[in-house]
Amino acid sequence: MEKSRPMSEVNIPYAIRAYSPEALKAALRKMILIRKFEEGAEDCYTRGLIHGTMHLSIGQEASAVGSCMSLSDEDKITSTHRGHGHCIAKNADLGKMFAEFFGKDTGYCRGRGGSMHIADVAKGNLGANGIVGGGLPIAVGAALSAKRLGTGAVTICFFGDGANNEGAFHEALNMAAVWKLPVVFVCENNKYGMSTSTERSTAVKNIAERAAAYSMPGVTVDGNDFSAVSEAVDTAVTHARAGNGPSLVENLTYRWRGHSKSDRNRYRTKEEISDWMERDPILQMTELLLSHKVISEAEVETLQAETTQVIKDAIEFAAASPAPEIEDAIRFVYNEGTAA
Amino acid sequence: MSADSREELRELSYAEAIREAMDIALGRDERVILMGEDIGVYGGAFQVTGNLVEKYGTDRVMDTPISELGGAGVAVGAALTGLRPIFEFQFSDFAALAMEQIVNQAAKIRYMLGGAVSVPLVMRFPAGSGTGAAAQHSQSLEAWFGHVPGLKVIQPSTPEDAKGMLLAALEDPDPVMIFEHKILYKMKGHVPEGYYTTPIGKAAIRRPGTDVSIVATSLMVHKALAAAETLAGEGIDVEVIDLRTVRPMDRETILASVRKTGKLICVYEGVKTLGVGAEISAMVAESDAFDFLEAPILRLGGAESPIPYNPELEKAVVPQVPDILEAARNIAKGRV
Ligand SMILES: Cc1ncc(C[n+]2csc(CCOP(=O)(O)OP(=O)(O)O)c2C)c(N)n1
Ligand SMILES: [Mg+2]
Repeated sequence: MEKSRPMSEVNIPYAIRAYSPEALKAALRKMILIRKFEEGAEDCYTRGLIHGTMHLSIGQEASAVGSCMSLSDEDKITSTHRGHGHCIAKNADLGKMFAEFFGKDTGYCRGRGGSMHIADVAKGNLGANGIVGGGLPIAVGAALSAKRLGTGAVTICFFGDGANNEGAFHEALNMAAVWKLPVVFVCENNKYGMSTSTERSTAVKNIAERAAAYSMPGVTVDGNDFSAVSEAVDTAVTHARAGNGPSLVENLTYRWRGHSKSDRNRYRTKEEISDWMERDPILQMTELLLSHKVISEAEVETLQAETTQVIKDAIEFAAASPAPEIEDAIRFVYNEGTAA
Repeated sequence: MSADSREELRELSYAEAIREAMDIALGRDERVILMGEDIGVYGGAFQVTGNLVEKYGTDRVMDTPISELGGAGVAVGAALTGLRPIFEFQFSDFAALAMEQIVNQAAKIRYMLGGAVSVPLVMRFPAGSGTGAAAQHSQSLEAWFGHVPGLKVIQPSTPEDAKGMLLAALEDPDPVMIFEHKILYKMKGHVPEGYYTTPIGKAAIRRPGTDVSIVATSLMVHKALAAAETLAGEGIDVEVIDLRTVRPMDRETILASVRKTGKLICVYEGVKTLGVGAEISAMVAESDAFDFLEAPILRLGGAESPIPYNPELEKAVVPQVPDILEAARNIAKGRV
């Protein structure tokens, strides 16, 4: 039985109770940075500075940041093709991220990976993935390492609603449960895998129901509500750290932009998109912090200006960075000195 | 008896040699774990892991569920984060279920991340025909993997190499795929005691010769050696090269041999078309050794067919000693 709290605390959201004002302000800052990073990337793409494609997570910022609240650099994440938010939530350097998008030698992957393979191993981000569901078993492997090596680290495995229909999902969740590994599966259910809605692709209503098949806790939360996300994932992280095994958390959210740069948006109505835009996770978070006097209007304004400058500087760093040497095109296939 | 001669006499089977290598590796490095289906109390489908679980426990000799894709991915993730997994496929054919993790993940992660990480992963694949297990349990798929930059692919043909190359694979920071012919598991041979490594990327001249070069892989090395014995009696002096590593291929040993003999036969069990022999032939044709060729290059490979069940049909679809004899006689006598 939960200890009863004073009446005055009952209506205070989890996040306000759980985190210091500094941590909450830092979380809001990260959410704003994700938004502005992606707007900046989109703008650079339009201006022809970035090639290839990219998958924007604008509208999903609460899911990325809320999920990583109780992680340290020792804890790992595996990310997805829609992974910029995860990377920033895990404290990535924005200059190195932009440099990677620009294909520069100073980028996280020295220009070899681009948006879809950004990783920041030092901060525990094992990488985005171009393969839907590719990170699921890898996360289980990272959790196996943590358990065997006794590091105490937890791994968060981000994946989409589409990925939950890959065979890798079943195999990964089953093994994590059988071996009681410290991993949290965070499904970012944004209602669609490209154009295919979960109604058309998935036999259960809530993906978290599938947790029952692996005898692990499963919970569905409003993924645009920072407090709800952080409460659910913190609970799962604590459960994992205590040696009780994996959990599945489903964050219901929505991507405002198309799937990728090729999306003609033929499968969603304008009304649906605008409804979700009214549930802007950043506005909600800002209001939460304002209403609990964690932050002031003036501080929010300062934060907006400061983050705009950070993005500008990051883009400048990327633009001014050197490209990789053409002669190095096949460098890093193997470790040097052992190569083919 | 002196220690030296005792050492010389020590023989192990190919399977025992692999087990000894894994035993040594588990004993000297806490990070090493074995993963695979039924490799614990069962001892592995071919009894390669044997009783290792008794010595190291189920945490280090881990039975996985029948989940090749997931299991391979767990091994990739574990290798990325500090462990040294040796992942056993029950049959190499089942790698088809795990290609995603091997080809898209393990092989590419280091490159995609600009060298920020390594994937020190060893995978073992019991391969090849001759056991009556038919089309889905008998393939030789090493060329698939040889086509993937980022992987190393080896095919030890002797117990000594099976041990030394496995230990070399574990020292290697990149993913190494080991194809073990099932017929070799029971073959006995001299195996040195203790820790040693046999380099990856170096072919071995198993029999020096001056008339015809045969480059063979895995079980075919032994068939080529048997053929070479017979041919020696006919005055045809065959050089038998054991390729040992499919990727990275040892160009120099092959080219030097071709420059010497002027005649080349490739013998391998995988399907002939687009196989290992195709690569060897093209490599020679593109090199200065081409000028030394006195006859067209011959390839003896698997038939353009799945492996059949009937034992006579099964033999018919992979190169046998008489096929090698015929090819060598023809090439030696200028009949091709
Ligand atoms: C194995 C695989 N199949 C298909 C694709 C193409 N693809 C890329 S993202 C995507 C949709 C994924 O949907 P979801 O998992 O819900 O993630 P979201 O894009 O919604 O964030 C598809 C089909 C792929 N990259 N990998
Ligand atoms: Mg989706």
